[in-house]
Amino acid sequence: MSEQKVKCVVWDLDHTLWDGILTEETVHGLRDDVTQIIQSLDKRGILQSISSKNNYQQAKEKLEEFGLWEYFIYPQINWGAKSESVKKIAQLINIGIDTLAFVDDQPFELEEVSYSCPEVMCIPASEIPGLLDLERMKPRYITADSQKRRRMYQSDIIRNEVEDCYTGTKEEFLNTLHMVLTISLATEADLQRAEELTIRTHQLNSTGYIYSYNELKNFIEDTAHEVLVAQLDDKYGEYGKIGLVLIEKHKSLWDLKLLLMSCRVMSKGVGNILLNYIVNRARAAGVALQAQFVPTDRNRMMFITYKLNGFQELARETSYMRLAADTSYERKIPSYLKIVFGGMH
Amino acid sequence: MDITQKIRKFFSKFIKMDSIGNDDNVFELGLVNSLFTMQLIGFLENEFEVEISNDDLDLDNFKSVNAIVHFLKTKLS
Repeated sequence: MSEQKVKCVVWDLDHTLWDGILTEETVHGLRDDVTQIIQSLDKRGILQSISSKNNYQQAKEKLEEFGLWEYFIYPQINWGAKSESVKKIAQLINIGIDTLAFVDDQPFELEEVSYSCPEVMCIPASEIPGLLDLERMKPRYITADSQKRRRMYQSDIIRNEVEDCYTGTKEEFLNTLHMVLTISLATEADLQRAEELTIRTHQLNSTGYIYSYNELKNFIEDTAHEVLVAQLDDKYGEYGKIGLVLIEKHKSLWDLKLLLMSCRVMSKGVGNILLNYIVNRARAAGVALQAQFVPTDRNRMMFITYKLNGFQELARETSYMRLAADTSYERKIPSYLKIVFGGMH
Repeated sequence: MDITQKIRKFFSKFIKMDSIGNDDNVFELGLVNSLFTMQLIGFLENEFEVEISNDDLDLDNFKSVNAIVHFLKTKLS
């Protein structure tokens, strides 16, 4: 059983969220303090979904009646096996299946899911009152981004639906988004989100170094280090703070010790753009730019990002690789994205 | 379909290929990014049954349709 924090709770409906059975028209009210629990989980940045054997339209209307429909993303309301629904939810959200919890009143369903997906945390409905006190339901920090997480996923769903209907090329679609990347020096208010990013991001992470709140705070205050955060917005809404950069500045050399981006923006090509921005700044400052890189079995794409940007391998130390940027040419920032400097010199 | 055509077909899912020649440097034109490259590598590995290592990840091998064709031919021989 995973010790990872739960990123998504999947709820059953009949006799779990509410008393009674929807198709038998015996639903009279919600169970326990379900509204308050759902709202608390939502504020903690824990996503929520549904796996219910029911009629989709009927279930949607009932949830809307209870004012709860908006809290769920990718609800799976159908007559198929719940283990399939649970797997689908993990896939759609793009999170590890071991970060899901499943709540149901029927031992049969709990066992079915458990058998097929042993990494899912299966919780009987009788334990709902204690849900919020479970360690795995308590994220380390609750940041402004955590509170908006569900809404950001919902914006993304709309964005993806629009993209699916779009008949032009990917590049043309990106042009329609009016994306703005705001790069700023990290402040103390950003630290929790920054620490969260170092812990949660694996694929678009150049070194996988995890920095604690205090370590990041020291870097922010140290003049020889620069910590940058990148925030992305577009016309459908916010993506939140999705990038983190840590640079150690020497007299004629900058050492890029960490570059990470949230996977959520992977398809928007922002990783390249942030790296381009850093190279251009190093050029403008007349310094050389090197980067540390720790190849893992998950960050190949980040490695590609560096290689594509013209970084070459300088040396291979025991615990990391050292890369050097070719600062002889200016990097282009694509026209579909605007870069804004948030309160920087 | 020969190798060049297959690669052009793959590219056309992401960028308008009408005015792109086989020797045009798609990276310099700013038309592609690392996500695209990742997908390209996945496509090449599947379609042509080659294994692309970290050492193969050189800009020069992927910068144009012809560069990719040349790289593949070396890998396949």
